[in-house]
Amino acid sequence: MSESSLSASPASAPDRNMVQQIIHALRQAPVTALTGLVIVGIYVVAAVFAPWIAPYGEYEVVSDIPFAPWSEANLLGTDQLGRDFLTRIIYGARNSIGIAFVTTLLAFAIGGFFGIMAAALRGWVDQVFSRLVDAVMSIPDLIFTLLLLAIFGSSVLNLILIIAVLDSTRIFRISRASAMNVVTLDYVEASTARGEGLYWRIVHEILPNILPILISEFGMRFCFVFLVIAALSFLGVGLQPPMAEWGSMVRDNAVLINSGDITPLIPASAIALLTVGVNFVADWLLSKSSGLSNEE
Amino acid sequence: MILQRLALGLLSLLIVSIVIFTAVSMLPGDFASAVLGRSATPETVAAFQQNLGLDQPWPRRYFQWLAGALIGDFGNSFSNRPVSAVIGSRLFNTLKLAALTAMIAVPIAVFLGTICARYRNKPIDRFLSAITLASISLPEFFIAYVLMLFLATKLHIFPTLSSIRGSMDMLEQLHRMALPVLTLMFVTLAHMMRNTRAALIGIMSHPYIEMARLKGEPEMRIILRHALPNAIGPIASVIAINLAYLIAGVVVVEVVFVYPGIGQTMVDAVRNRDVPVVQACALIFAANYIILNLVADLVSIVSNPRLLHPR
Repeated sequence: MSESSLSASPASAPDRNMVQQIIHALRQAPVTALTGLVIVGIYVVAAVFAPWIAPYGEYEVVSDIPFAPWSEANLLGTDQLGRDFLTRIIYGARNSIGIAFVTTLLAFAIGGFFGIMAAALRGWVDQVFSRLVDAVMSIPDLIFTLLLLAIFGSSVLNLILIIAVLDSTRIFRISRASAMNVVTLDYVEASTARGEGLYWRIVHEILPNILPILISEFGMRFCFVFLVIAALSFLGVGLQPPMAEWGSMVRDNAVLINSGDITPLIPASAIALLTVGVNFVADWLLSKSSGLSNEE
Repeated sequence: MILQRLALGLLSLLIVSIVIFTAVSMLPGDFASAVLGRSATPETVAAFQQNLGLDQPWPRRYFQWLAGALIGDFGNSFSNRPVSAVIGSRLFNTLKLAALTAMIAVPIAVFLGTICARYRNKPIDRFLSAITLASISLPEFFIAYVLMLFLATKLHIFPTLSSIRGSMDMLEQLHRMALPVLTLMFVTLAHMMRNTRAALIGIMSHPYIEMARLKGEPEMRIILRHALPNAIGPIASVIAINLAYLIAGVVVVEVVFVYPGIGQTMVDAVRNRDVPVVQACALIFAANYIILNLVADLVSIVSNPRLLHPR
């Protein structure tokens, strides 16, 4: 930490712009957080530029031989239908990460909205929502998701909605708890006394003060959603073929394990590496937002 | 106090059963035709709905279902076999798997957690903590396939598939269950160990530990005699949460190793959209989860007599 305190001394002037602040924060970040950022960065690049990076098309059958071994033309061989494995992995980044990201955003929108409402209104609204969340949370997530998927069928939209709603219960708890701490503070009461409306109070007083907590929680929830979707696809009830998804790629090529081929482990380790990376970054953000790493 | 907790547990069981049942009543209108296929005539759809009892009012169906569930009768699956016949022996297999894992993982977790608390911030603690942190963020099927690759395909110690049958003798069954048990151990051990360590370290800051130190007691005795008995409550609740997780975590592991358990049954039922089976599985999983949490609370009440006399 000696290096960080050195760089902190001249930069503590109040008139820093946003870019300088970010650079400053990055300099102070521990190695694990930087590693995590690099990992996440690579994944995002792969996801965004998938069509340009990938050597073949997502659904393109390039070989007559299913499960072809690694070669010049197909760096990681082909899958069970003769599609290029590397291409499927790159497109998988796009599908898996994209869908998990949208789901997490939606979960935060739902959970955050109701959580803050419950904290701001209190009384019976709070009671109703909180008891409802208690009831939903007393069923294991994966089981409840499976139950709902059986009822509604597994399309991408259903998958996103079901996981977002179930995951929003946790975000409801977090945002309600942190908003509860804020609504009792003097400046919120002052704004009530001034006669500000509920909407104004939430947007201008409560939200800015609980935002850091929500943002640092985002990484954790993203990992969780990402793993649930991968697990569901692996079980064959998540994203449906022919869409490239890491979980289902593991499942479809799992027979190769029996002949000692490690190819099916590549998408699995892609999942593992991303969750580790995001966890590193989220850990760092969490300790920053809770003020533990501030020396002064 | 204990009675109050028991009543609360019963109430949450009831609520969960309502939630699971109501979820099914939200069935979209075209569900019958989706299951029966495009050739369904209005008559077959009506017969199908009658078979499911969808033509009766909601409360009546709920109480019929609940009364049946209490005596193990979950009605008929869409393939016209009684649900209890589909689930029965498989539930036993899953419980066997979970119990075996728990019997091995819990003592190891408490032991390693105690070691970590004893040698806090020493190399062994850092080493174990790093490993557990890594294994928490890995998906179950990754661990499962890595174990399968090394222990089954390369070293040929265990079979790759765990399809056990009742006719096999005990040793043969254990041998086949080894890989799923190992995988589940990896997944649950990490959490239990970290929380045991955290609970012990929390207790170690109390004044009576300081007192024991000043008396000159050896560090290991302080941990075993003074800290551990006071940490039983939190440790028990973490273990219960992880065992509950174990019950749900078996789903993925069972599919990987083709283990004939209830998790695989549920996944198959979800794929075929066989709702009565899914409903029964969900109720069993949820009931397990609630009962384990209940037991954990009771253990912490019993282990800390102060909780028996609330003011």
